[in-house]
Amino acid sequence: MRCFIGIDLGSTTTKAVVMDENLQVMGRGITNSRSNYDTAAAVSKQEALIDTRLTLFRRALSNVSEVSGQVDGILSDLERNFRHVQFLEQLDDLEQTCVANIKGPRFAGREKAVIEALEGTFSRLRDSSAKQYAPGVKRKSDFFRDLAGAEFMSHGEAVCKEAGLGFDLILNVYDKSIIEVENRPPAGDMEGKFVRALEKGTMTGSSILKPVQEALAIPLEETYVVGTGYGRVRLPFPKEHIRSEILCHGLGAHMMYPDTRTVLDIGGQDTKGIQVDPVGIVENFQMNDRCAAGCGRYLGYIADEMNMGLHELGPLAMNSTKQVRINSTCTVFAGAELRDRLALGEKREDILAGLHRAIILRAMSILSRAGGVKDQFTFTGGVAKNEAAVRELRKLIKENYGDVTINIDPDSIYTGALGGATFAVRAVVN
Amino acid sequence: MSKPEAVKEPSMEMQKAMIARNYDAITSKHETGRKVSSTFVPGNLNELLMCFDIVNNLPEINAIQAGMRKASGGYIMEAEKSGHSEDVCTYVKADIGQMSKGNIAPNGKPYPNPDVLMLSYTGCYTFMKWFELLREEYKCPTLMLHVPYEGDGHSTKNMRDYIVKQLKEVVIPGLEQVSGVKFDIDRLRQYLRNSAKAEDNLVWCLEQGKKKPSPIDAYFGGVYYIGPIFTAFRGTEDAVTYYEMLRKEVQNRVDAKQGPLTPEGTYFNDQKYRLIVEGPPNWTNFREFWKMFYDEGAVVVASSYTKVGGLYDQGFRHDPDNPLESLADYCLGCYTNLNLPTRVDLLAKYVEEYEADGLLINSIKSCNSFSAGQLMIMKEVERRTGRPGAFIETDLVDPRYFSAANVKNRLESYFQMIEQKRRGGGSKTVAA
Ligand code: SF4
Repeated sequence: MRCFIGIDLGSTTTKAVVMDENLQVMGRGITNSRSNYDTAAAVSKQEALIDTRLTLFRRALSNVSEVSGQVDGILSDLERNFRHVQFLEQLDDLEQTCVANIKGPRFAGREKAVIEALEGTFSRLRDSSAKQYAPGVKRKSDFFRDLAGAEFMSHGEAVCKEAGLGFDLILNVYDKSIIEVENRPPAGDMEGKFVRALEKGTMTGSSILKPVQEALAIPLEETYVVGTGYGRVRLPFPKEHIRSEILCHGLGAHMMYPDTRTVLDIGGQDTKGIQVDPVGIVENFQMNDRCAAGCGRYLGYIADEMNMGLHELGPLAMNSTKQVRINSTCTVFAGAELRDRLALGEKREDILAGLHRAIILRAMSILSRAGGVKDQFTFTGGVAKNEAAVRELRKLIKENYGDVTINIDPDSIYTGALGGATFAVRAVVN
Repeated sequence: MSKPEAVKEPSMEMQKAMIARNYDAITSKHETGRKVSSTFVPGNLNELLMCFDIVNNLPEINAIQAGMRKASGGYIMEAEKSGHSEDVCTYVKADIGQMSKGNIAPNGKPYPNPDVLMLSYTGCYTFMKWFELLREEYKCPTLMLHVPYEGDGHSTKNMRDYIVKQLKEVVIPGLEQVSGVKFDIDRLRQYLRNSAKAEDNLVWCLEQGKKKPSPIDAYFGGVYYIGPIFTAFRGTEDAVTYYEMLRKEVQNRVDAKQGPLTPEGTYFNDQKYRLIVEGPPNWTNFREFWKMFYDEGAVVVASSYTKVGGLYDQGFRHDPDNPLESLADYCLGCYTNLNLPTRVDLLAKYVEEYEADGLLINSIKSCNSFSAGQLMIMKEVERRTGRPGAFIETDLVDPRYFSAANVKNRLESYFQMIEQKRRGGGSKTVAA
């Protein structure tokens, strides 16, 4: 199968979308951008290809009458086992890296003991990993670092205690090694891992095995990759494979909602108002100037200021009964206004509602500079997940532009990558 | 480590030497006994000042020089310390800040106090406030030439008479008094003859932007082309020679079907996008800014900034037969003195005549005079020409207001947008 891939290298997360030549989305992948953009691009792409395989399995299984109604279960089982195999593989890598990092005066004479402690720890980690990947268990994170880290701490401490060894020794090698491992994309051979995952699974009946193996045999041929996002210039791609994220967002929104004419994207670093024509071509755009005030980062700052998680802001603001007026979308001033309002005895939820309104007001100004809001209107970017921001946006759009259709796709985080993948198809198929 | 100097053509070397001589003339006023005036670029009366042996100093140009030498940031901070707001025109603050930091000219010598402030008001109120500040500082006479705004897009005989009257009754007697030199209209005629010659060659050069590939960059290169004529050299023999030289250089490139030189020393022949640019450039990151264009294959074929000191390409010439009247016409027709519909007409005309892909606006944060109404201008030019416009935002000489990532992002999006439009989309065909 010819695969067309879009990679959106954002400042916090990197997203990838795989499309086939008929513009069907086959898979999506996401990872944190880390400091190493090459790895982030490689990992997100690999994740999207894994997801593509799952789509192929789904298609294959949908023709098997014996399993009708059970496909979701089978696929989640398969994915779970696949992730477990992958986890174990990375665990091996981590162990080897740890051993290789036992160097220097600090370990002098104690190398053997440390290696033994590591072996003990990793063997417990391997055993306990089965629990993490047991059916019905909700994993705490998608990232290896988070999953391996917590367990390493508890097992490592226990092992060291029994061996009478200082835990800080193995913690030190771990800290050094995890970064190396994390910055190495997991080894390839995705097919092999799926085969092992199939073997692990309980549902190996031939009615499943055959179609899955057939789907597995379809080669995923990387035909064309387009990169976008703030980190795009860092991608190891030739220039013609790089597209600006404004165009990718415009086209991506068009692919999700073909009738959309106006797109608002509030990302971590910037806010863009984009007008697209009936075939998804950008006609006009405006964005914030050098100052990122009013963007996602602003909310992050407010969250820190209030000692809250970013995701808690929206829900709290939704409880407001009265809106406090905040005039500043400047991150620095907003902090001062916020403290000022708190000192005046205003309630946190009311202040937050005011802050959300301030952000959206700024977005409204960018939109109006870009030529206003036309039917249909699509809202994308991280802030589109924030219900309080969405509520303000709906209100203000209605006040200013009347009844226009407002689209918010749950997968909107992939809009840029989707546009990139579409460009990739066009580059080859046209 | 210092950055490598921009690659220079012979005309650039000559201009550099001219500018250096002028700075020397300014800073050696006490030795030579010559009088110095400060004045502005738009609507300047260089030929007239020359009639009184007055040397011409231009604070705007000094601010630009400071910007390009990366000194303006410090000057601006200095001016802000003394109370000037962040939003004030940064040319002003660079100038004021420079004063409080010793007022050293690019040749390392201190600027002397001006003997006269020659203020021709051509559309920017900042000019007046700026010279009020300078007058406070230097306690020297200010001669004000008031140029009426072309509110409906046309100048009238009445406006011209009004300016001529001021020249006769206020400006010329004032300059005589400051300099002790008697006004000689024949001397003025000779200077104006020189101006017209230089202007002919300048216009010829700028119009070569119509060729493909364009042998000039009418924005980044253009700021060098307009240097002598917009500043202290219009009317001089030097300027005549300079523009003859420039014309030859451009002619050579036309013959060789070559594009302009980039600062990296390569000929910019691979021109993918042809743009019209409105608004002044950013000076603090000038080369970085320029690179964003030629790296992407974008050449500027015409710009409005190269018209701030005179719209010669629209037919105006200084006229030795009607000396004072032509000075009046010159001031009236400065770009900063035009109303918005006239600016739209001009830019739309450029898009058509230079077969450009579209209009790019560089909106300057601290210049209200240029920037007000630019979004309207862009939309209107887009509507009339059917070609896409784009908007970027920077500042003149405030380094804090140049966000490279932001500007680059917008430029690349714009170029790719043009590309996409040229291909006539694609989703229609793909979806089929
Ligand atoms: S026109 Fe703009 S840049 Fe020039 S003095 Fe006026 S405000 Fe400053």
